[in-house]
Amino acid sequence: MSTAPDSPRPAFAFIAFDAAGQPHLKAQRCTSCGATYADSERIACGRCGGRANVLEAFTPAREGTLHSAVIVRRGFPGIEVPFVSAVVDLDGGPTLKGTLRNVGLDPADIAPGLRVQVRFDDALGRRDKEGNAYVAHYFEPLSA
Amino acid sequence: MSEDIYIVGINMIDFGRYQHRTPAQLGAQAALAALDEADITIGDVQAVFSGSNYTTMIGQRVLQQIGQTGVQIINLVNACSTGASAVRMAYTAIKAGEFDTLLCVGVEQMTGLGMLGGATPGSIPTEGILGSATMPAVFGESGVEYMARTGATQGDFAQVAVKNHHHATMNPKAFLRKETPLDMVLEAETIAWPLTKLMCSVNVDGAAAAVVMSGEKVRQRGLMDRAIRIRGSAMASAPWQERDPIMHDVNGPTRLAAQKAYAMAEVEPTDIDLVELHDCFASVELQHYENLALCGEGEGVALIRDGSTELGGRIPVNVSGGLLSKGHPIAATGIANMYEIALHLRGQAGERQVEGARIGMTHVVGLGTSAAVHILEKA
Repeated sequence: MSTAPDSPRPAFAFIAFDAAGQPHLKAQRCTSCGATYADSERIACGRCGGRANVLEAFTPAREGTLHSAVIVRRGFPGIEVPFVSAVVDLDGGPTLKGTLRNVGLDPADIAPGLRVQVRFDDALGRRDKEGNAYVAHYFEPLSA
Repeated sequence: MSEDIYIVGINMIDFGRYQHRTPAQLGAQAALAALDEADITIGDVQAVFSGSNYTTMIGQRVLQQIGQTGVQIINLVNACSTGASAVRMAYTAIKAGEFDTLLCVGVEQMTGLGMLGGATPGSIPTEGILGSATMPAVFGESGVEYMARTGATQGDFAQVAVKNHHHATMNPKAFLRKETPLDMVLEAETIAWPLTKLMCSVNVDGAAAAVVMSGEKVRQRGLMDRAIRIRGSAMASAPWQERDPIMHDVNGPTRLAAQKAYAMAEVEPTDIDLVELHDCFASVELQHYENLALCGEGEGVALIRDGSTELGGRIPVNVSGGLLSKGHPIAATGIANMYEIALHLRGQAGERQVEGARIGMTHVVGLGTSAAVHILEKA
């Protein structure tokens, strides 16, 4: 007797679903020094040492600026390449790492400074041992 | 408490592939060579600081090979800074006054490990979803950041590989000993643009060891003829930075460690005659020129373009061939860098000798992050 898999789960701790089942980003901000974190379970600030009472949860912007990216052409065994690995500074923070899609594979296509947006999608069809699906974040050029 | 502390024996095995030997055997070979150079036996060693990232209890395994004397052994796991951490621990332990003769050994057996990188534990594989955690991608992203800041090009990064591979043709202990002209480097397989295969260090097996001694003991044993004074010994972790650790910061910790080491040694960057720095990937060598204050901000590109860091240049960097050529057996690398500097300070580096070398610097940085900088001088 197997049970049916649950509805898709967030692939990372900084992704959450609202009451309507729509994914969004979640993050923490230090109200004492302004540092932001792609996390929701911190108990202190890594910058100023402030404790949980100065940390607040917030929903980051879905737009940001590409800080750096590389074109991955050889990966771990079984991982499909090429793809673009990217570091993005979300507007107002925090910085997120992820895969940049819907771009060309020429260095000029992934130049730092590119404006990007966050989209949510199935995590490349990957399933866990129980067959559950996952939702991940992807970066895409804002103009796309 | 200000008594000088010295390296009196230091060696590394030829880095390479040793599928049929154990990490303990590799470490034992390096340790015995270091002991012999220091003209002591394992019975003279009061304690051991040892390190390996892929083999547990490496120090005990080595002493099981060369002499189980029952001394204190502390094993370190500190990523690419592991070997240098062992020397740093020995330095502080002698400084504290409890010991005068210590053995440091770093060992790594890596044949067959494949490309390194953090496989994030979780329900599903995240590689390709969360970008890439491979080391070429992580360091490539740091290199692209440097390109945007300074105008460095992929060709500049490739030139580092050309230089270091050329240096390695003069180093019999290096794994990769062949000339790699610029077009060969650029046309090699792209691993993670801007890094091609020839701009990445190689996973090899290796071991390196050092005997660290108090000044009083060095004089008592008459070893000052081979002694290398540790003038500066400093380590740092990554100071808070807005993107770290989402994007690992190898610059901040290197800068902190370098500043501390210069202050401790009471020398200026212009006093350094040669440097062995952590070129795990070609791009990051340029970043470390600036991090180690070998030049001003944004001037790292000029240093590779004008040949300043070649053998014969103003400040030769990685005349051993660097990690790019020697190979990078993680925990052995930090002591192997010191071995290279010791050769030059003693005038024993053969055709790659930096003439008149008096003061040398070693640097390693491991992701996570830990940086170590040592400033060494011929006694």
